[in-house]
Amino acid sequence: MPKDHGIGARSKRREDTRFLTGKGVYTDDMAMQGQVYAVMVRSTVAHGKIVSIDTSAAEAMPGVLAVFTGEDFAEVGGNPAGWLIHSRNGEPMREPKRPVLAHGKVRHVGDAYAAVIAETYAQAKDGAEALAAGTVIEELPAVIDMAAAVANADNRVHDEIPDNLCFDWGWIEDNREAVDQAMKSAEHVTTLELVNNRLVPNAMEPRASIGEYNPGTGDYKLTTTSQNPHMTRLLVCAFVLGIPENKLTVVAPDVGGGFGSKIYHYGEEALVLAAAKKLGRPVRWTAERSESFLSDAHGRDHVTKIEIGCTKEGEMLALRATTMANVGAYLSNFATVTPTYLHGTVMAGPYKTPHVYVNLKTVFTNTAPVDAYRGAGRPEATYSIERAIDKMARELGLDPVEVRRKNLLTPDMFPYTTPVGLVYDTGNYQATLEKSLDLADYAGFEARVAQSAANGKLRGIGLSTWVEACGLAPSHLVGQLGSRVGLYDAATVRVNATGTLSVMTGAHSHGQGHETVFAQIVADKLGISEDQVEIVHGDTSKIPFGMGSYGSRSLAVAGNAMNNAVDKIIAKGKKIAAHMLEAAEGDITFENGSFSVAGTDKAKSFGEIAFSAYVPHNYPLEELEPGLEETAFYDPNNFTYPAGAYLCEVEVDPDTGVVEIMNFTCADDFGNVMNPMVVEGQVHGGVVQGIGQAMIEQTTYDQSGQLLSGSYMEYAMPRADDVPMITVDHSCATPCTHNPLGVKGCGEAGAIGSPPAVVNAVIDALQRGGYTHVTHVDMPVTPSRVWAAMNG
Amino acid sequence: MYNFEFAKPSTIAEAVEALGQEEAQALGGGQTLLPTMKQRLAAPATLVSLNGISEMIGVCVNDAGEVCIGGATPHATVAREAAAHYPALAALAGRIGDPAVRNRGTIGGSLANNDPSACYPAAVLGSGATIRTNTRDIAADDYFQGMFDTALHDGEIITEVRFPVPDKANYQKFVQPASRFALVGVFVAKYAGGVRVAVTGASSNGVFRWSEAEAALSSDFSKAAVDGLSTPSGDMISDLHGSGDYRAHLVKVMTGRAVAAAG
Ligand SMILES: Cc1cc2nc3c(=O)[nH]c(=O)nc-3n(C[C@H](O)[C@H](O)[C@H](O)COP(=O)(O)OP(=O)(O)OC[C@H]3O[C@@H](n4cnc5c(N)ncnc54)[C@H](O)[C@@H]3O)c2cc1C
Repeated sequence: MPKDHGIGARSKRREDTRFLTGKGVYTDDMAMQGQVYAVMVRSTVAHGKIVSIDTSAAEAMPGVLAVFTGEDFAEVGGNPAGWLIHSRNGEPMREPKRPVLAHGKVRHVGDAYAAVIAETYAQAKDGAEALAAGTVIEELPAVIDMAAAVANADNRVHDEIPDNLCFDWGWIEDNREAVDQAMKSAEHVTTLELVNNRLVPNAMEPRASIGEYNPGTGDYKLTTTSQNPHMTRLLVCAFVLGIPENKLTVVAPDVGGGFGSKIYHYGEEALVLAAAKKLGRPVRWTAERSESFLSDAHGRDHVTKIEIGCTKEGEMLALRATTMANVGAYLSNFATVTPTYLHGTVMAGPYKTPHVYVNLKTVFTNTAPVDAYRGAGRPEATYSIERAIDKMARELGLDPVEVRRKNLLTPDMFPYTTPVGLVYDTGNYQATLEKSLDLADYAGFEARVAQSAANGKLRGIGLSTWVEACGLAPSHLVGQLGSRVGLYDAATVRVNATGTLSVMTGAHSHGQGHETVFAQIVADKLGISEDQVEIVHGDTSKIPFGMGSYGSRSLAVAGNAMNNAVDKIIAKGKKIAAHMLEAAEGDITFENGSFSVAGTDKAKSFGEIAFSAYVPHNYPLEELEPGLEETAFYDPNNFTYPAGAYLCEVEVDPDTGVVEIMNFTCADDFGNVMNPMVVEGQVHGGVVQGIGQAMIEQTTYDQSGQLLSGSYMEYAMPRADDVPMITVDHSCATPCTHNPLGVKGCGEAGAIGSPPAVVNAVIDALQRGGYTHVTHVDMPVTPSRVWAAMNG
Repeated sequence: MYNFEFAKPSTIAEAVEALGQEEAQALGGGQTLLPTMKQRLAAPATLVSLNGISEMIGVCVNDAGEVCIGGATPHATVAREAAAHYPALAALAGRIGDPAVRNRGTIGGSLANNDPSACYPAAVLGSGATIRTNTRDIAADDYFQGMFDTALHDGEIITEVRFPVPDKANYQKFVQPASRFALVGVFVAKYAGGVRVAVTGASSNGVFRWSEAEAALSSDFSKAAVDGLSTPSGDMISDLHGSGDYRAHLVKVMTGRAVAAAG
């Protein structure tokens, strides 16, 4: 019998009631007394020198209250990158200042160089237009193409960075020679050059921020669309505006999706705070959709050459990736860790390959900043590896499934130290592979090929076996690698006098279902009903601390913090029970919501203990404190390593190049599953995003740096009729060995594992259909590209 | 959006008068005009809504057997009410945009705008329809003058469009994945006097007639007749969704499919 509540139950997402009935409260829904509106003035050129800004016309416009330019923030700090990366030669990365508003130069289309605050939104728009008219920007040649960026020392995004290079990183540098040697002596080397296409995150809710300032107390409040409110507070306080941390509250209320783009602190947040202080009134800003396209941190954008040295039998001996990663015009907060430690470290994949080396050049261009986007680095790595293996199998005349069977790590090899610095604690990659083949009826594939052929279609199947590293992250490890913060998380469990609970978590839910799943965990452990547990998130004034939600870390890190805080509650409850039952603490056991004296029928319910904690008329205060509230900080020992096997089956229309996905099968290992329905939803969403990247999402800048795909008229997002039913299975579970819940995280998996499965399937269809010259098509595999490849 | 005045006349005459004012502009369904205004790329002083003019809304068949569609008739109404008279036209209307677009957007607005990727221009040119305005009748062949350009004068209102009904017809739309406008759309109509083939989405000169295909199909209305043609030449659009060569190729494929589907 499946459970009907608690851990492992398919509890319905309680937050959906408000989301689906329009009762969610998002930043832009909040009306503040006396509020005024900010409109950002954004560059329309990709690269330009700000010659002059005449603010007088804007200031004279009706309703305009204040105008800010880069000059106003010249003295305050910049928005920093979270990780310090060192180049192969030991030099620290180049880290240009990222100001609140562009100063001196604008560096991408959409770069905000001024802001106008007015009584109404329309007045602020008019003011912004007047300000733009009063601005002289001398356009400079744009740096768009990465190869050109590093080749042309005269054309610089940042004047102080001659070759537009942020860093040139080797991972692991000590492996380089061994990889070179292994490549030289290998019987076969497969080489593939590919592009991991840039993506615009497109959260349903655009970014929005409201700044408030109380001149009486000196307190600031920022209500903002953040996945990461504590981090935002830290960045605003310690780096950008210098506000004491105790004087700023950051609230991230309901947030309509982030996918990474709302992890980071953005200039608009500092702007509304500074403006609120100056005007003494709440200042609000909400991005228009076009602004989101231009100014949200984008994702991916790698150009990679990947090589695999192997035997003729397909045993992989060495793997080398040479990548250029675009960071755009400025370093966003995770821009330096995403292509390095979230990418290079997983380049061994789930395979035994003994020698792996990654070289990565990170390049500034006059485009929107690029940062972590669902999967962050791991989709790029997985795509490179899985595409290259497929090509290798084909070149050797081997079955792609067999090649994977041959190279996958086997269960007896765990814990396994990879050549790129990770220790996979556990896994069973054979199990998920076989499961996926079974679920997808791989054995019946040839018959389906024939069926498709009878309808004039080319059918193909594509596999991706992947592992990722998430649950970010062990502080001791990330500290060595250059992280400027720790990556623990925290939870406070507050038991109220009547036995209900408020649980404060540092994770932030922006669609994931935390309010449901965390309540399941707490309720299960305490033997109480889920509706007694309230999950509180997204408010720095209520929550001890937290590092936010990204990197599939909420359950794996914050969830385990909660687990440990509940354990402390139980321990304290035992103390209280011992006192109430006049027994020794060591004799108290806790089970099914009841504290009892072992071997007797003397017991107190959880509710009685809670009540007693707050009505401590006869407590021995020396030994027993009143109250029942505990906080735990949890710092993981290791990353977690979800893994899986994805199979995609497509039909290609040879007349038009149209690709249709016929079915998609996922066999995942997420360790213990807290709520299967929520996990399925996460995988569905991730796979759809991966299909979007693989098939239709295309971010195109022209050579002058204009974003050609800057609206939904040009930027395609997957819709329901673009995706098939997705078969999801997570029965092949190997629980994580180093966290109490045994969980691995599932938020990014779908987006990590799916793109190569799609592209492998397309290539397979073309190869089977006789287009044997087509060995690769870059994403997105649009009809036009597929047709061009077939006829190329 | 900038401020503007709003007028909602109930007769064509009133609308013509209202449009005579300085910087007045007709408003159909607003599906093209309003987004443009929101982006502050258009700033009419007065919007003259045509949606209250009942004589401009609806579908009927006239004595000559033509299907007549009022200039302010929404796509959804055409999809529903023209289905019995001109199924290919109704099907085309039923696949424009999404339900919101179809319930607001109008045939007059679409034709006045003449987006190079819009669907209606293919039906109008492919049917040799007549565009009736408040002052004159314009033959389809004279009406379309290139991307976003038409024979309409300032302030002229499309009051009705008259479609002669063909023996057979079909519209094949290959969608652009983001906008879901036509990357290439081909309307094929077989009349007693010959076959018309109109292509939208493909050419940077807007909708055009593919005369080679018309000639071939007029003597042999079959997919094989299309297969024998080389792809149309001309100034094909090349953008991130498809190269010019690809579009030219699609014109041929979609023409073949339209002929096959027309039966
Ligand atoms: C999301 C989306 C998807 C779409 N998909 C498609 C598609 O797949 N295929 C397609 O063909 N179209 C598509 N469209 C466009 C749609 O058909 C519009 O309705 C049409 O282009 C304009 O019609 P309208 O009535 O909304 O005109 P409006 O936006 O009101 O006006 C457009 C222009 O026409 C003028 N005008 C309006 N009515 C008249 C008239 N009777 N006489 C003279 N001038 C007039 C206006 O002054 C204005 O210049 C789509 C639009 C959207 C927003």
